[in-house]
Amino acid sequence: MQPLKPSRRDPAPSRVAYRLQRLWLTPVFRIFMRAGLPVALVVGLIGGYFSQPENREAVYGKFAELRRSIEERPEFMVKLMAIDGATPSIGDDIREIVPVDFPVSSFDLDLPGIHDRIAELDAVERVDVRIRAGGILQVQIIERTPAAVWRVGQDLELLDAVGHRVAVISSRLERADLPLLAGEGAEKHVPEALALLAAAEPVRGRVRGLVRIGSRRWDVVLDREQRILLPDQNPIPAFEQVMALVQARDLLERDIIVVDMRNQNRPTLRMGRPAIAEMRRIRAAHPGAYRE
Amino acid sequence: MNDLYSTQRGMRNMRKAAMQRGVIAILDIGTSKIACLVLRFDGPDSFREVDGIGSMAGQSSFRVIGAATTRSRGVKFGEIDVMQETERAIRTAVQAAQKMANVRVDHVIASFSGAGPRSYGLAGEVNLVDSVVSEQDVSRVLAACDVPDIGEGREVLHAHPINFALDHRSGLGDPRGQIGNRLAADMHMLTVDSMVVQNLLYCIKRCDLELAGLASSAYVSGISSLVEDEQELGAACVDLGGGTTGISIFMKKHMIYTDCVRMGGDHVTLDISKGLQVPLATAERIKTFYGGVVATGMDDREMIEIGGDTGDWEHDRRSVSRAELIGIMRPRVEEILEEVRVRLDAAGFEHLPSQQIVFTGGASQIPGLDSLAPKILGQQIRIGRPLRVQGLPQAATGSSFAASVGLCLFAAHPQDEWWDFEIPLERYSSRSLKRAAKWFKDNW
Repeated sequence: MQPLKPSRRDPAPSRVAYRLQRLWLTPVFRIFMRAGLPVALVVGLIGGYFSQPENREAVYGKFAELRRSIEERPEFMVKLMAIDGATPSIGDDIREIVPVDFPVSSFDLDLPGIHDRIAELDAVERVDVRIRAGGILQVQIIERTPAAVWRVGQDLELLDAVGHRVAVISSRLERADLPLLAGEGAEKHVPEALALLAAAEPVRGRVRGLVRIGSRRWDVVLDREQRILLPDQNPIPAFEQVMALVQARDLLERDIIVVDMRNQNRPTLRMGRPAIAEMRRIRAAHPGAYRE
Repeated sequence: MNDLYSTQRGMRNMRKAAMQRGVIAILDIGTSKIACLVLRFDGPDSFREVDGIGSMAGQSSFRVIGAATTRSRGVKFGEIDVMQETERAIRTAVQAAQKMANVRVDHVIASFSGAGPRSYGLAGEVNLVDSVVSEQDVSRVLAACDVPDIGEGREVLHAHPINFALDHRSGLGDPRGQIGNRLAADMHMLTVDSMVVQNLLYCIKRCDLELAGLASSAYVSGISSLVEDEQELGAACVDLGGGTTGISIFMKKHMIYTDCVRMGGDHVTLDISKGLQVPLATAERIKTFYGGVVATGMDDREMIEIGGDTGDWEHDRRSVSRAELIGIMRPRVEEILEEVRVRLDAAGFEHLPSQQIVFTGGASQIPGLDSLAPKILGQQIRIGRPLRVQGLPQAATGSSFAASVGLCLFAAHPQDEWWDFEIPLERYSSRSLKRAAKWFKDNW
């Protein structure tokens, strides 16, 4: 019989070695050992480290510090703000509403926010905000140009050509060069008003202003208490019709208080009291003389 | 019989599963070496384009990806003698082959040479139900073969249908679909000792492997070393192994006879060891380096140092002439060949149209065998080498690997055996009817 225990120098693999090799050659096991186990180990270690709050704090703190140190390099610092295209008063306003303590890192500047804030100013039509080389916050402003004065209650406001509010003024005399608008809802129809004023060339010196009646239609107010009442639809042709009469027949030089164009098919004139009396007198003296 | 039938069917299913997985190992358990090859099946003919080899014997569908050989331990006459030793040797071979293939194998097809194979010719005949032969008819005629008494403790290893005859037409390869009245079949059945097979099964199971097939090594070395025309016209393959010499006779591409002489190369070594009084290892070395069976005048002058390590100077400095060595080897080889002659005569080999004898196996490499064998076995002698298969290492292409290569071919394309056919319907019905009757009897 063979010895019960195999000799030491047996070339054959032991049962355990044989089974282990077969296990190692099993694809699933192999994939697990090659990929699954290392991944699980790494994930486990990292997860274990970060599960401690102090470790997490330390890593976040380190990261924030690193970020800060990069952001605060002098290359990224903004030292001053330059405002171009603005009048000094608006410039002051901008400096007031953009409270930035220079020098500041360009990473900390909220350029869209600054842009929106400046654009909210009434006097600003368009604004460009950018950081120029050399650490300068460049603010390029295009201001609104006032086109009319609008009296609303006790206040006087300046409006631009599209009716946007530009500023509030205390006295009409500050901007005597601009036409005066009044009445509720006038600011929504500034282009129409400006077109009417342009058509009012023949009575240029006499126009005192335009009044919006009932948020619906325009009255042109002239001196000597004269008014031209315009329709709510197509006021400009109606006004031009009146102007043609003015030029041809000196309509407004006569004693007429109101030219009523509200019904375009039936323009109406209202005469002054002396004129009425005069007309009655003439009619009485010469019956039928003025019949047309 | 039914038990074995189901076992063999189970092995076939195992083989199918292994094919689906694509990896199967073959294990040739011989007396002098155990060889393990790992085959990869990549679907049919996937290597054909690359290497320009057609599907000659189905060897183009697989590739050898791992090969390992180890000295056999605990095997005598092709049978397991010491189970633990054999198990270790199998483990060594399987592990090395797996390592080379870098893949784990679970299914193994094994071959062994011993176990006293015995051939039987079976014949059966049935009347056809319909005039056309169906698969059921084939099954019926195979079932109708009268099984001889194979003796106690023996099992059927192979059962090949080798011939079908329809009425008076014989030699049909496949009778299905043909028209006739009477179908007859011839079957070749090979039985082996069941204890040997049981030991082998146990050994393989101890190595965590599933057996997907079992073959006689005489049969598989015939598959690999006989060329196509030899298999067709009739030839004998003599596998000169270590402990046994397997004989298989092929005709019309079917094995028709198998036998085994329980003598082989190891006996030659033993004779040398006894005659020269040297250890077995030295005797083996002398045999492989200087061995031969035909002496010439030159051999008298060629002296061989046989050495020794006894410390006795006279004893350790002995030398023999090669002629003396040949004088020891030749009688034993002649004895083996004469025994082969006896077996072939008993099988009626001389009635075959062609009487080609092909020698293969490790001991066929003895120089001079091709001039000694004709004196005993007739003129049509050839020393055969196994077929070339894909990926087989150069070291494993020699004639001693005929059984391994044949087993590869067997794994790729097993011949239809009895258990590959359908079970005849009447067996089903009679059994179920009986069962139904029994159920009624038990319950009413």
